[in-house]
Amino acid sequence: MRLFGHRVPLTALIGLAIIAINVVAAVGAPLIAPYDQAAVLGDAWADPTPQYVLGLDDLGRDLFSRLIYGARMSIGLAFVVTCLSFAIGIVTGFAGAVLRGWVDMLLSRIVDLLLSMPTLIFAFIVLSVLGTALPVLIVTIAILDSTKVFRLARALAMNIAALEYVEVARVRGEGLWWVIRREIFPNAVAPLVAEFGLRFSFAFLFIAALSFLGLGVQPPAADWGSMVRDYRDMINLDAMAPLYPAGAIAILTIGVNFVVDWMLAVHSRGHGEGA
Amino acid sequence: MLRLIAQRLGLGLLTLLAASVLIFAGTEILPGDLASAVLQNTATPESLAEMRKELGLDRPAAVRYVEWLGNAAVGDFGRSLASHRDVVEEIAPRLRNTLFLASYAALVAVPLAVALGLMAAIWQGGVYDRAVNFVTLLTISVPEYLVGYILIKYLSVHLGWFPSLANVTPDTPLVQRIGLTFLPMLTLVLVVVAHMMRMTRASVLQIMASPYIEMAFLKGLPKWRVVVRHAFPNALAPIINVIALDLAYLIVGVVIVEAVFVYPGLGQLMVDAVSKHDVPVVQACGLIFAGAFILLNLIADMAAILSNPRLRHPR
Amino acid sequence: MVELDYWHQQHAQGRIGRREFLGRAAALGAGAAVIGRMVADVEARAAETPRSGGTLRLGLAGGSTTDSLDPGTYTDSVMIDAGHALFNGLVEWRADGKPHPEIAESWEVKPGAAEWIFNIRKGVTFSNGKTLDADDVVYSLNMHRGKTKSGAAGPFKAVSDVKKLSPNQVQVTLASGDADFAYVLTDYHVLMVPDGFADWSKPVGSGGYILEKFDPGVRITAKRNPNYWKQGRAHVDAVDITVINDSSARLNALMTGQVDAINRVDPKFVRTVQKNPKFEIVRAPGGWHAVISMMHDRPPFDNHELRLALKYGIDREQVIRALFSGLATAGNDHPIPKTDPYWNSELPQIRYDADKAKFHMKKSGLTNPPLVLQCSDAAFSGAVQMAELFQQSAGKAGIRVQIKKEPADGFWDNVWLKGPFVTSYWGGRAAATQMLAVAYGPDAPWNESHFKNPRFTELLAAARAETDEAKRKPMIWEMQAILHDDGATIVPVFRDWLDGHNKNVGGHTPHGGFDMDNGYIAENAWLKS
Repeated sequence: MRLFGHRVPLTALIGLAIIAINVVAAVGAPLIAPYDQAAVLGDAWADPTPQYVLGLDDLGRDLFSRLIYGARMSIGLAFVVTCLSFAIGIVTGFAGAVLRGWVDMLLSRIVDLLLSMPTLIFAFIVLSVLGTALPVLIVTIAILDSTKVFRLARALAMNIAALEYVEVARVRGEGLWWVIRREIFPNAVAPLVAEFGLRFSFAFLFIAALSFLGLGVQPPAADWGSMVRDYRDMINLDAMAPLYPAGAIAILTIGVNFVVDWMLAVHSRGHGEGA
Repeated sequence: MLRLIAQRLGLGLLTLLAASVLIFAGTEILPGDLASAVLQNTATPESLAEMRKELGLDRPAAVRYVEWLGNAAVGDFGRSLASHRDVVEEIAPRLRNTLFLASYAALVAVPLAVALGLMAAIWQGGVYDRAVNFVTLLTISVPEYLVGYILIKYLSVHLGWFPSLANVTPDTPLVQRIGLTFLPMLTLVLVVVAHMMRMTRASVLQIMASPYIEMAFLKGLPKWRVVVRHAFPNALAPIINVIALDLAYLIVGVVIVEAVFVYPGLGQLMVDAVSKHDVPVVQACGLIFAGAFILLNLIADMAAILSNPRLRHPR
Repeated sequence: MVELDYWHQQHAQGRIGRREFLGRAAALGAGAAVIGRMVADVEARAAETPRSGGTLRLGLAGGSTTDSLDPGTYTDSVMIDAGHALFNGLVEWRADGKPHPEIAESWEVKPGAAEWIFNIRKGVTFSNGKTLDADDVVYSLNMHRGKTKSGAAGPFKAVSDVKKLSPNQVQVTLASGDADFAYVLTDYHVLMVPDGFADWSKPVGSGGYILEKFDPGVRITAKRNPNYWKQGRAHVDAVDITVINDSSARLNALMTGQVDAINRVDPKFVRTVQKNPKFEIVRAPGGWHAVISMMHDRPPFDNHELRLALKYGIDREQVIRALFSGLATAGNDHPIPKTDPYWNSELPQIRYDADKAKFHMKKSGLTNPPLVLQCSDAAFSGAVQMAELFQQSAGKAGIRVQIKKEPADGFWDNVWLKGPFVTSYWGGRAAATQMLAVAYGPDAPWNESHFKNPRFTELLAAARAETDEAKRKPMIWEMQAILHDDGATIVPVFRDWLDGHNKNVGGHTPHGGFDMDNGYIAENAWLKS
C-alpha cells in the first residue's frame, strides 16, 4: 500500500491517534488501569474523587479502570470477529469469483439467504439456543458479517479477473492459486483494508447492541456495550456514567472512519479513475 | 429485461423458501419449551405434562413443517401457544404500527438525507461537508437506546414538548399518532440519516469523477446544477439500494427503540415470543421479517436495473 | 432512620397501633417532630374519604405479549392487577397480613385443620347477570386441581376433595391438616368464575371492573362495574393499564404525567422521586427474597462447614446498599420475613465475616472446591450483579467463586432445580408454613436445595396441623433456626416493594405481599381530583 507517498490529512492523523490510544489501552489494560476491573472499592455511584477520577459504578467498582478494561474486551472482540469474517469472506468470495459455476451459485445463494435474515434477531435466536460463550458469540457474528465481505471480495475478484493481464496469465497456464496470490489479492488489498475498517466499526457497534440485549460477555469482565446498558438509567439522574462508555464507542468509531475515508481517497486517486 | 426481473423474482421466492426452513429449524431447537417458560417456577411436573400434551409437541418435525408451510401460504399461521389467539390477529395491528413508524421515519429521513448528502457533495471538502460528516458519524456510533433516553430526558421530561410513551392504540387518530410517535421517529431518523447521507455523498462524488461531468463543467455550468441535474440521477441506483436496506432496518431493527418508547411494534412481539417459546408467533414474525428483507432487496435490485442502461440491456 | 421508616410503614398498614408506633419510634431516639409528622401522615391517610370517578392510569412492569386472562396462567404484576380488577377471590389477604372475607363470607375449620367449610356470600352477580353460588366456587377451585396447567396446582395438591354442601356452602377437604389453608386461597391464581367458564377472551367475573379491551403485553382497559357488590371499593370510572417493562420508561411516564402510578420503582431513583413534591413512593417491606441455593446432598455442598463458610462469605449489607439502595432487609438464611408474625426474633443475624468464612473453609477440609455459581437476570434483575458482589466478598476470604452467566432463555428449564449452585428468588407466601413447605418441604417439587432434615420434616407436619397459636409459634421458630444453621440456601436479602404515584392518587397502601397493593390497586385506589 502506498501510505507514504501521500500527504496525510489532519482527520486521518486524529483517527490514527485515536486508534493508537485505544490499542495501547486495550493491550496494556492491567498496567494502565489503577484498579482491578472487578474490585469493589466503595459505595455504588460514589462521586469522582482524585482517587477514582470518574467515580464508582453500579456495584462500587472504579469506572475509569472498567473503561480501560472495557477497551480490551470490546476492541479485542470486534477485532477477532472482523479477522474471522474476513478470512471466511475472502476465501469464499475469491473462490466463487474464480471457480464460477455451481460453487459460485451455491455460495451466492447461501449468502443471499443469510442476508435475508434480520441480523440482530438472527443473532438473538442463535445465541439464545447456543448460549453466550465467547467462541459462540465470535463465530456467530463473524459468519453474519462475512456475507458482506463475501460480496465485496467476489465483486473485486470478478472485476480483476476480467482484466486482460489476468486472462493472459490464465492463458499462459498459470494455476488458480498463482492467479489469486499474484494478481487478484495485491489489487484487492486497498479496498479490502478500507472495508476492514468499516466492518470493524460495525462489528464493534453490533456487539454493543447485543450486550444491550443481555447477550454479551461473562461478568465481571467489562465491555463498553454492557457498561452503557448497566449505567443507562443514570441518565435520569443527570449522571455522566453512561456517557463515558458511549463516548468511548463513538470516538473509536469516528477515529476508524476517519482513517477509512482517507484510505478510500488514497485508493481512488491511486487508481486514477472514478473507482 | 422482463426475463431478468422474472429471474430475480424466482430467486427471491426460493430464498424465502430456504428462509422458512431455517426459521422452522431454528425454532425447533430452542432450548426448553413453552410449557416451562410460561410457568416459570410455578411449574409442577403435572402442570408441565398437561401443557406439553395440549401443545402437541410429540409429532415429528418434518410433518409439522409441511403442515405449517401449507397453512402459512394461505395466510394461516395458527394460534399463539401462550394466548390462544389467532397469530394473524395478534400480528396485524403490530405490523401496522411497525410499518407506520418505519414510513414516518423514512418520510422524514430520506429527503433530509438526500438533501444533506447533495449539499455535502456540492461543497465537498468545505467546512459544511466536514461538519455534517462528523455529526452523522457521531449519531451512527452512539447506541440508539442512549439517543432515545437523551431525547426523552430533554425533550420530554425537561421541556415537556413531546410525550415519552408512544402507547398508540388501533383507534388513535392520525394527528395524535404523529405526536405520540415523534420521539421514536426522531431517534430512528438520527440513526439512519447518517448512513443514507454518507452513501448519497459518496455515490454522487463517484459520478462526479466521470468524463461527462467534466464535460458539463467545461460547458460552464454552475456546480450545484451539475450535481443536481447530471450527477444525482446517475447516482440513484446505489442511493436507492442504501435506502432500501435502511428501510429494512427500520422494519426489523427497531426492537430496542420499541422497548425504550413502549411502542407496540412487531420486534417486541418477536422478542417476547422467543423468550416464551411461542413458536407459531416466532415463526410468523420470522417469515414476515425475512419476506420484508427479501422484498426490499428485490426492489433495490430492480431499481438498480431500471436506472442502469447497461444492466437494462444485458449482453 | 431506615428502621423508623419501617415502623412507620407498619403503622400505615395497620399492622401495629398508634401507641406501639410511638413506643418504637421513641425507643429509636426519633425526634418528637418527626414522630408527630409520621403519625399525622398516617392519620391523614386514614381520614381521607375516597372520591369516585376519573380514569386511573397505571404503568406496570411484568407484562408480556403472551399474557392470557386465564387466572391459572398469571405470573406477574400486569395480569395479577388486571385479574383482581375483573374477578374476586374467595379470601382476601389485606395489608394487615391477615385473611379477610371476600366471596367467602366466613369459614370454619374442623379440628385437625383438614376439613374447611366456606360460607358463600349471597347476592353477588357476575358481569353476565348470573348469580354466584356454590357451583361456581367448586368449579373455580377445581380449575387448579388434577390435570391442569395452573400456577396454583402446587399448593392445591393438598386438596383431596371440593364439595358443594348447599347453594351457599362449600367444603374443602385436605389430605393432611393445614391450619393456614385460608392463606392458600389468597393466592392470586384463585379467582372466581362462573361454572363451566372457559372462554378467556371474553372474561366473565364478579369484580369491580368489566373488561373493555385486552391487548396482551400492551394495554388493558376496563370500566367500572355499576352493580359491584363491595361497598366502598372500586372508586374510579375506568382503569387503563399500560405495560411498561423498561424501568426508565416507566419512571419517565410517571414524571411526564402519562400515567398516575407505577410499580417497581428502581431503588436508585427513589430519593429523586421523593424529593419531587408532586410524587410519592409507596414502600412495603415484604416476603420477596433473593436466594443463592446450594444442593444439600451434592458434593461439595454436602459439607456443612463449606456451607457455613459461604454463608459468612457474602456481604449482605453491601448487596443491600449496591443493588437496593438500602431499601431491603438482610436475610438470615431462612425464608420468613421480618413482617411475618412468626418471624424468629431471637435468631442471631448472620453477617459478613471474612475470618469466620476462612475458619469454616479450613475446617471443611476442602481445598479450592469447584464453586461455579450459575446466575441469570431471568431469575430477577440484579441476580448477576449479586453474584459478582458475592464473588468479590468471598474472594476476600480466600474462597474462589466462579460465575457462569446463563442465557435468560431456558433458565427455568435447564438451570433452576438442576444446577447445584444457582441464584434464584422466591416471591413471599402469605403464611409462614406455606413458605417453608413449598421451598423446603421434604417432598416439595421445588425444594431447590434438596433440603432434608428429619426434625424439620416432623415440625413442619405438626405445625401445619396445629391450630393453637401458642403451640405453633415455637415450632415455626425452630424450623427457622434449623434452616439458619443447617440449610443449604443463602437468603441474602428481602426486597421492599416500591411503587410510585403522583399525589393525586389516594388509597394506594403498602402491602408486603406483592406490588401495587398486592394486586388490589384498581379496587383500593382513587383519584383526588
